[in-house]
Amino acid sequence: MGSKRPARRDFLKSGAALAGGFTFGAAAPALGQTPASPPMIKGDKDQIAYGSRSRFVTSVRIAHGGRPSPDNFGLVFHVAAPLQDSVGVITPSSLHFVGTTRGSYIPDIDPREHRLMIHGLVDRPLTFTMDDLKRLPSVTRLHFIECAGNRSSRRARTVQESHGMTSCAEWTGVLLSVLLKECGLKGGASWFVSEGSEEVKGASSIPIAKGMDDCLVAYAMNGEALRPQQGFPLRLMVPGFEGIFHSKYLRRIKVVDRYYMNYNDYGHLDQDPKVAALDYQIGPKSVITFPSAGQQLPGKGFYEISGLAWSGGGAIKQVEVSTDGGKKWNKAEFRGTPQRMAHTRFAYQWNWDGNETELQSRCTDEIGQVQPSREQIAKYWNKPYDETFNVPGLDNSIQPWRVATDGSVTNGHA
Amino acid sequence: MATHRILPIAFAMLMGAPALAQGPTYGVGRTPTADEIRAWDISIGPTGEELPPGRGTVKEGALAYRAKGCAGCHGATGVEGTSPNLKSKIGPEVELWKRGRILPLRAPFATTVWDYINRGMPLNREGTLTADEVYALTAFLLYINDVIPEELVLDRESLPKVKMPIGDQYAPLPDWKPRSPRLKGYPH
Repeated sequence: MGSKRPARRDFLKSGAALAGGFTFGAAAPALGQTPASPPMIKGDKDQIAYGSRSRFVTSVRIAHGGRPSPDNFGLVFHVAAPLQDSVGVITPSSLHFVGTTRGSYIPDIDPREHRLMIHGLVDRPLTFTMDDLKRLPSVTRLHFIECAGNRSSRRARTVQESHGMTSCAEWTGVLLSVLLKECGLKGGASWFVSEGSEEVKGASSIPIAKGMDDCLVAYAMNGEALRPQQGFPLRLMVPGFEGIFHSKYLRRIKVVDRYYMNYNDYGHLDQDPKVAALDYQIGPKSVITFPSAGQQLPGKGFYEISGLAWSGGGAIKQVEVSTDGGKKWNKAEFRGTPQRMAHTRFAYQWNWDGNETELQSRCTDEIGQVQPSREQIAKYWNKPYDETFNVPGLDNSIQPWRVATDGSVTNGHA
Repeated sequence: MATHRILPIAFAMLMGAPALAQGPTYGVGRTPTADEIRAWDISIGPTGEELPPGRGTVKEGALAYRAKGCAGCHGATGVEGTSPNLKSKIGPEVELWKRGRILPLRAPFATTVWDYINRGMPLNREGTLTADEVYALTAFLLYINDVIPEELVLDRESLPKVKMPIGDQYAPLPDWKPRSPRLKGYPH
């Protein structure tokens, strides 16, 4: 009972009561008089124990892809982060996008009971408790996760609809390489299967080279324990790989000598090797979050264009912004230091002359990959670039935002 | 004795560092028993070596398909449901990749079908099927897609030997290396 959050109505009521009390008699202050105090929020037990944001801040996640969530089966599907309101690079845990392998209720796992087993082609199979894992050397890293379903289309009305299935958080845990070395890899170990403990025990085959490079067995996110929606108590981070590889509720890692073709692997089955390659590691991608579709500019004049860039290939090296539909590209500034496989905030100073125009951004990562336009991608596949063109594999194409003379911003693909 | 101990180390030094780093560094964690590993390990790979004992026929699978509620989501014959189709509506005269994303037809290994049913079905009652039921359902679904004959009994011996129609006509996974582009020559 003590931890129960107050109902919003009670909260508003007490706020209103206080407002009445403290703003009593608030009139225009006379010269030299102290301005009237704002209404107050009472610091009750819950506000002290685990604070909440201002009631005036209303940015929320939405169901992704227009799919009802929960649906007829009562299942929760993907939900997208409100990138249009984002600042900096960290997505608050409460607003981090959520993807589920098949839609489900969220596992409610007692961390004291949770175990991670590592077995297969290892010298010493081992089972770890959460306490065991927290004894081991930890790392803390910024990493984005992006869902393969994060594709822009003509139908997207906001950046949340076109790009909201990516988020970035600070993750803390143990490097998988530490655990694999503790177990000792046997010869022939070339893949590992990671498995969650949710209802379907979702499983993915991942190259052992990735596991030894930078995979992270994470127990914390943004300075606190993982949220249940993000895999509490334990999640595998596979930095820069498609979101589905980041197994939540991690229970088991099996080191094997081949691709196992289990569950999520079947979903990755492709006919064309080129599409298969594009359905794996996330390409260099950026998007302008302000101004973006659905937002309204009050008039001509100065604006700082702001956006996010990220890549599965490493750190972002450069972002360019065009304010004339891609004719001229201007170097953007970074807000903070780009990190490997992490959202990077960029900014560009813009004086809008009030004429209709189109804003675009494109990025280059540290290994030289450059974000392409849809037209370039169509040309690569020898397909006509028209409304029917669908980007094969993960879509990292440039997003154009159209600015009309009245200051309204809309999707340039529409 | 002494030579036995020293020789492998000398050999490891000749072969390079990795073999030397074989000992545990932290000594944290517990060694699971063989039984625990067997109970936890539900990954059924292409060789089928992890398959449990049990068996199932096409006929038993047809009964289980109804009894376990599969028809409720996937349709009475595997094509009329709200969930993914389990039988192709397109005949074998058309190339496999154009016959739809049908798990028991397109999967590269019969073990993939077994593994999928075993870990992921039925909705909200995952993990309740017996090994016999999973063998039977796998047999039924492979049979209705003309992958196996009606009389084939599936068990840990016969299941991995089933030849799936896709053969090797699917993309190999990229040979991933750190700090490599996802696809060489992709436009920018």
